[in-house]
Amino acid sequence: MSDLRGVIVSHAAVAQALVSAVTAITGIEGVLTAVSNEGCGTEALGQRLREAVGGGPAVLFVDLPGGSCFTSSARYAKQGGADIAVVTGVNLAMLLDFVFHRDIAPADAARRAVDAGAKAIRVTAS
Amino acid sequence: MTLALYRIDDRLIHGQVVVGWGQPLDVAFIVLVDDEVSSSDWEQDLYRMGVPPQIEVVFASVEQAAALLPGWEADRRVGILLVGDIDTAVALAARVPQVKRFNVGGVHHRAGRTERLRFVYLTDDEAAKLRQLAERGVDVTAQDVPTARAVPVGEFT
Repeated sequence: MSDLRGVIVSHAAVAQALVSAVTAITGIEGVLTAVSNEGCGTEALGQRLREAVGGGPAVLFVDLPGGSCFTSSARYAKQGGADIAVVTGVNLAMLLDFVFHRDIAPADAARRAVDAGAKAIRVTAS
Repeated sequence: MTLALYRIDDRLIHGQVVVGWGQPLDVAFIVLVDDEVSSSDWEQDLYRMGVPPQIEVVFASVEQAAALLPGWEADRRVGILLVGDIDTAVALAARVPQVKRFNVGGVHHRAGRTERLRFVYLTDDEAAKLRQLAERGVDVTAQDVPTARAVPVGEFT
């Protein structure tokens, strides 16, 4: 199996809850790591990201397309040295797809995750 | 209107600022005063991404901000001015007498700092600088979101 990892970066406990949900649904453990920005300045959040990503490769799944989680993730991807892609607007559907499709490059995995996540957002017929 | 909020926040533009304060204040522009960010197009793109298109983002160095601040204060729209650290706040206040208040919104843990509030960690030197700022007539309070109490400088420095 691929060594591509997913790191979820969020406000409060969103990331941890998503990791728990993926494990509950798939039984897969050890692929996703949760990082919260709780109590973090830019420096501390960068350190948490370094610890979570390790040597890479990785896809960073960020909750919002802006804000401290996003700016720290984008900065880390640019400067970190490892092969890293960043996706924003993380949802459970994209993570469920990601954990089963990791034998590809981070950028490809990121695009695939975005497709899977977007398909899950819809208005259901009433 | 005017600059409704002068804020020290080491995360600069983020959710608490854009949504937490931006929504209730109906903010039309955000001024980010930071010498490093003002000289990096890439950093500016990053911070701009966190802001809805209807809100203008202005980047300025301390020197530029000192010159432009009276114009922002005279702006008919509501704005927020952000700095990332206490030194920048002190430098700006020293150059522009119009700076009459600073909200300490988020200064987080790093080596040498101790916890003063859940969202405020300061070195003794930084605490002293905030007290000096207050002694010079600047209203310094700590408040992360609008619904929280504004904690007076004497209670956390």
